[in-house]
Amino acid sequence: MSVGFGAGLDATPDDLPVTTPEGGEAYQGASIWRMTLAVFMENKLAIIGLGLIVFFVLFSFVGPLLYHTQQAFTNPNIKDQGPSLAHLLGTDDTGFDNLGRLMLGGQTSLEVGLAAAILGVCIGVIWGAAAGLAGGLIDAVMMRIVDSLLAIPFLLLLILLGTIFSVSVPEIIIAIAFVSWLGPARLVRGETLTLRTREFVQAVRVMGGSQRRVLLRHIIPNSIGVIVVNVTFQVADAIVAVATLSFLGFGIAPPATNWGLQLSNGIAYVYAGYWWLIYPAGICIVLIVMAFNFVGDALRDALEVRLQRR
Amino acid sequence: MIGYLIRRVLQALVVIIGVTIITFILLHMLPGNPVRAILGPRASKADVASLTRQLGLNKPLPVQYLLWLWNLAHFNLGFSYRQTATVSSLLAARIPNSLLLVGSSLVLALVLAIPLGMFQAVRRNRPDDYTLTGLAFIFYSMPTFWLGIILIIIFSATLGWLPPEAPQASASLFSQLNALILPVATLTLVTLALFSRYMRSSMLDNLVQDYVRTAKSKGVSNRRVLFRHVLRNALIPVLTLVGLSIPGVVAGAVVTETVFNYPGMGYLFFLSAQNDDFPVLLGVTLVIAIATVLGSLVADILYAVADPRIRYV
Repeated sequence: MSVGFGAGLDATPDDLPVTTPEGGEAYQGASIWRMTLAVFMENKLAIIGLGLIVFFVLFSFVGPLLYHTQQAFTNPNIKDQGPSLAHLLGTDDTGFDNLGRLMLGGQTSLEVGLAAAILGVCIGVIWGAAAGLAGGLIDAVMMRIVDSLLAIPFLLLLILLGTIFSVSVPEIIIAIAFVSWLGPARLVRGETLTLRTREFVQAVRVMGGSQRRVLLRHIIPNSIGVIVVNVTFQVADAIVAVATLSFLGFGIAPPATNWGLQLSNGIAYVYAGYWWLIYPAGICIVLIVMAFNFVGDALRDALEVRLQRR
Repeated sequence: MIGYLIRRVLQALVVIIGVTIITFILLHMLPGNPVRAILGPRASKADVASLTRQLGLNKPLPVQYLLWLWNLAHFNLGFSYRQTATVSSLLAARIPNSLLLVGSSLVLALVLAIPLGMFQAVRRNRPDDYTLTGLAFIFYSMPTFWLGIILIIIFSATLGWLPPEAPQASASLFSQLNALILPVATLTLVTLALFSRYMRSSMLDNLVQDYVRTAKSKGVSNRRVLFRHVLRNALIPVLTLVGLSIPGVVAGAVVTETVFNYPGMGYLFFLSAQNDDFPVLLGVTLVIAIATVLGSLVADILYAVADPRIRYV
């Protein structure tokens, strides 16, 4: 271990980015977005992540067009069959083709995840930016509300909302968005506090721009980096949240299905050895969440580089 | 510094009050009439009216809220009709179990994550760093219940080494130590993934700082620089993480406990949600929320004490 430790502590680790830029701004002529894209594209994990996301979107939405299975009528005659040529991943306990079920489940998981995350981020961004701009008592009250809601662990809040409201897809989306907006709100408020001291904000005010204009056309576009990174992580969290809720029994009711529900159904067959009911759904969830995490990580690294040159 | 601490404590108090308001609102959004739920659908009007008066449900909402707060201050969290016990007694029985599960996972995860993060930072961008990073990503992306199920499949169903269920409340938890292994392992792995990533990036942030260059140029040995200087600074963000994880110790890990039938707070919450046992649900929520606020207050104070560079906003 001593050799390992010694080798890592070079005087100037050349492979690490320098934290303090040497003298002032250093935009090398290229636009910020091109720089971000360049750093992003160098990151192999990010490309793998993007590829996986594209694959799963195609798998869930285009797949059923290519691999026809019927998902409407149960057929107890062929239930619990292993993988075969007719049913590539076997059949589940009600006779539906498992691979088709996976595609259908993917549609719901992805839809709910994306919709909930985007809705949550939209609400959170506006709340946070407004609080940051307003300052003073309004800011304090708005942030205390965020803190109070954050104090309740989000899963408990989700389950509580699940017992209060009925569980259809729109309501699940709203429930998850209700929990997701808290993170972006704090983040964007922090960014707003930093940005509002910058000259361009003062310039807009001097030119007679309203607060609303400052908020929508200046603060939010300049925080977009942080927001986009947060969206990717929120999508990952939302997909896990839907899966966990469905697993616990508070999710969307059948016949609509999602990967979490399929996992929960598959657990009953752990000891029977019906591996095709358990592993595919789980692997799908892990892969898609990993993909979003890779992309989010890469975006965050790319933006760190950009932020350092401010 | 004192001003910051006072402000922080006041902030926490406001948040706690906010939490009680939110919980109270949730209590009143719940479906069904609590009186009917207790007495049944065929109760007479007189009975319904008398129980309503007795429970104070005919008073205006703000008065009900104050009465409820008054009860809370006396640790009276309500009564669970489904389990025929006071909510506080149910909680008191379960909190130690959750403490054991989440506490030991937290400690284990910390003890493993700090050396792992250091190792990864020092051997960055080499194969061992990549594999460990990959593993961390996999465990971090896995839903907790999936990891628990995989462990059960491997260690209980296939190999038969460990029992699939946690020890139940009737026996003491320590009587079946090998049944504790899987739940703790599940929670530890997930926490470890997050902590080691944080530790690694925190170490990397510190390794580029000027003070490392200065120390090396002064001739300080690599090991001393690493352990005496970089490590201490790198631990600070991890300290925040730990502070934020402490409320989880009280909350229990709902998913892990459910998968393993572990008799803790999280499992109590899950069962109560299934049974629509609202007093317990809200009692648990309230206790956990208050623990969270206090936990993050402690974390902030520790952070302020540990890092003198912070500007107290």
